[in-house]
Amino acid sequence: MRTPLFLLLLFGLGLNKLIAQGDGPENTTQGTGPVSGNFQVLWQSYSEDERIGAIVPPEKTGYNAYGNLRYNQGGFSAGFRYESYLNAVLGFPGRFKGSGIGYRFARYASPSQNVDVTIGNFYEQFGSGIVLRSYEERALGIDNAMDGVRIILRPIEGIQIKTIYGKQRFDFDDGLINGDGIVRGIDGDLDLNALFSKKGGQDWKTKVNLGANFVSKFQAGGTIASDTLILTLPENVGAWSYRLDLMRNGWSAGAEYAAKINDPSADNGYTYRRGEALMAHLGYTKRGLGISVHAKTVDNMSFRSDRDLLLFDSPINYIPAITQQHTYNLAATLYPYATVISGESSLSAEVFYNIKKGTLLGGKYGTNVSVNFAAANGLDTTNLSGVQGVIDGYERQSWGFGPEKFVRDFNVQISRKVSKTFKWKYTFYNLEFNTLTTPVTTTFKGMVYADIHVLETQWKTAKRESLRTEFQLLLTDQDKRDWGTILAEYTWSPHWFASVLDQYNFSNPNEADRVHYIYAAVGRIEGPHRLSIGYGKRREGIFCIGGVCRAVPASNGFEVNFSSSF
Amino acid sequence: MARILHTVEVRFEIESLTLPNPDWHQRLYRMNKITKLARWIALTALWCVASNFAFAQTASQSANRLPEMELKDMEGQMVAISSLYAEGTPTLICFWATWCSPCKRELNNYAELYEDWQDETGVQIVAVSIDDSRSVRRVAPYVNSVMWDYTVLLDPNKDFARAMQVVNVPHTFLVNGEGQIVWQHNNYSDGDEEEVYEQLMNLVE
Repeated sequence: MRTPLFLLLLFGLGLNKLIAQGDGPENTTQGTGPVSGNFQVLWQSYSEDERIGAIVPPEKTGYNAYGNLRYNQGGFSAGFRYESYLNAVLGFPGRFKGSGIGYRFARYASPSQNVDVTIGNFYEQFGSGIVLRSYEERALGIDNAMDGVRIILRPIEGIQIKTIYGKQRFDFDDGLINGDGIVRGIDGDLDLNALFSKKGGQDWKTKVNLGANFVSKFQAGGTIASDTLILTLPENVGAWSYRLDLMRNGWSAGAEYAAKINDPSADNGYTYRRGEALMAHLGYTKRGLGISVHAKTVDNMSFRSDRDLLLFDSPINYIPAITQQHTYNLAATLYPYATVISGESSLSAEVFYNIKKGTLLGGKYGTNVSVNFAAANGLDTTNLSGVQGVIDGYERQSWGFGPEKFVRDFNVQISRKVSKTFKWKYTFYNLEFNTLTTPVTTTFKGMVYADIHVLETQWKTAKRESLRTEFQLLLTDQDKRDWGTILAEYTWSPHWFASVLDQYNFSNPNEADRVHYIYAAVGRIEGPHRLSIGYGKRREGIFCIGGVCRAVPASNGFEVNFSSSF
Repeated sequence: MARILHTVEVRFEIESLTLPNPDWHQRLYRMNKITKLARWIALTALWCVASNFAFAQTASQSANRLPEMELKDMEGQMVAISSLYAEGTPTLICFWATWCSPCKRELNNYAELYEDWQDETGVQIVAVSIDDSRSVRRVAPYVNSVMWDYTVLLDPNKDFARAMQVVNVPHTFLVNGEGQIVWQHNNYSDGDEEEVYEQLMNLVE
């Protein structure tokens, strides 16, 4: 019943505006549109291909569609998202079914932004998100939207307090289905420069930002039996964090510490150990140069509104991976790293540098170089025995690296413009990847050592036309061995594009598996409207957007994508 | 979960043959149908109103205004979206991310033309990064190394992107001096800068 009521409310508002537009003279001059929205349709057809493991589901096609509509009037906004999974395309959570409203909200923010209230669904992030982040990666089917009430108060300049109370989206079956757990939290953010703006704070060379938050979840408890013990599950679990960010003359430094009380869950084998995390970064940047160093250690910080769920289901927090999110096909999708949720210690360092134009190395237009290194290991721990072992599992010896290696990722990129019409970019990666702890492949368990070379070129063939190519080579003695990828993309700006991609597993130990995965696509763009049609084989692998990845099965067939916003 | 249980209960009563009043299950069934019908009427009506607005806007070339919001810049200072067009000059808002190659190509190509564009049209480019906490710390080092002279704003949980109906990046909006979106483009391929320039000139002429 709540959904139709909500829609009627929205409808009423829309009608109201329509009537107002008829007689309001101000509308003829401004014509400000109060409604915006977007549509997205993804359709796939499937053909069987035993060699690559592509299957045909009984319904033969997959179909996901979304429509977002948002009404804005002054500080008021309201909207909803209509979703359709008939049935969901392969690679999406298969339990997403049917059509209905998956998200709806109404929000009011006062003109001064001092008071900002949302009811219904909302996305929120406290600090870096290590304690709370509700977000959406629609292309991956990830959505843990909150459903409840959020109040943001900014009583004086420089101080912001956010409170949230609600349940989390868990599933979709002809409509939004929330999980059982209740999530509530408060976050305070202090911007010292804004707070002291009357004393010239905004002109201080040093910028200081502080924050703290507390989040608690409730889920009905019970007991669990392990060995000879009967343990009571905690119903209320609290987590919190403190953060500090400093900036001065191109330097930046920051840290966030987070902790969580005992939270037995499927992720930690129902042990009662506390969770902790510490993240720190240091950076320096000036024109033509950027350096940043990160350190992170995460111990038992998986935090979900349902203790029995795993993977992408009902996470309250977000623990980003230390490695860079790669963009080239072979580097991004074969061995992408994700934080080992039980615990890891990691480090990364990165340098971006511009070699000045007019120098020997810089050439006529200058050359950009970046170097990135990331390393993650398991925690430095000792397993506990007896009753303590059942309850806590292990004991951490230090914040440092434990003996188990998870990942090493070193990469260098050089990009250079040669002439007005030609550019190239070369990237080299050296990767050590533990597929036991990050199971991204089913065909190999152990350490993969790989070198990847990527050469990208771009020719401007006419004023509005260009040809872009990618030549990628992944060399390894493990898993499916060597891969090559060739991509060619031709664009006629601003409307048309066509591309062909071939991924070839040319030295697979099993000769019959040396398959060419050829995929071709054409598309048209008309301002905010985009249509693309593709056909071919899609490799089984990991599909990543932003910082998140999901495993997708192999498939073979057509794909049509349409998106539009207004 | 409550919803599922509710449906199960209803179905149970419909299928049950031992109900005291034989009309009861039919009434219940009808009520259920009416609720569904009401839902669809409401939905259809809403879409009609919405599309009405959408087409009206296309016709008059005066689309949506920018939403009222505040985002942090690379120095951690809050920037009001309304301050971007406060001087009455055009603004080009480009959504991008450090992991998005076409986005970086777009903004690097604009960078070479930016001075000329500014001289001719007074345009300000605002690059809105949707990098989340995994990569948001890479934004400032990257931006400085490639020497963009843009205003760079951070939208780590995509609140602004959602309000602007951005489905994927790159997505570029041209905004006039009154904060109205006059043109948008979802994609980037080399040569699109010619189109942007034409749109900019249309706007200032």
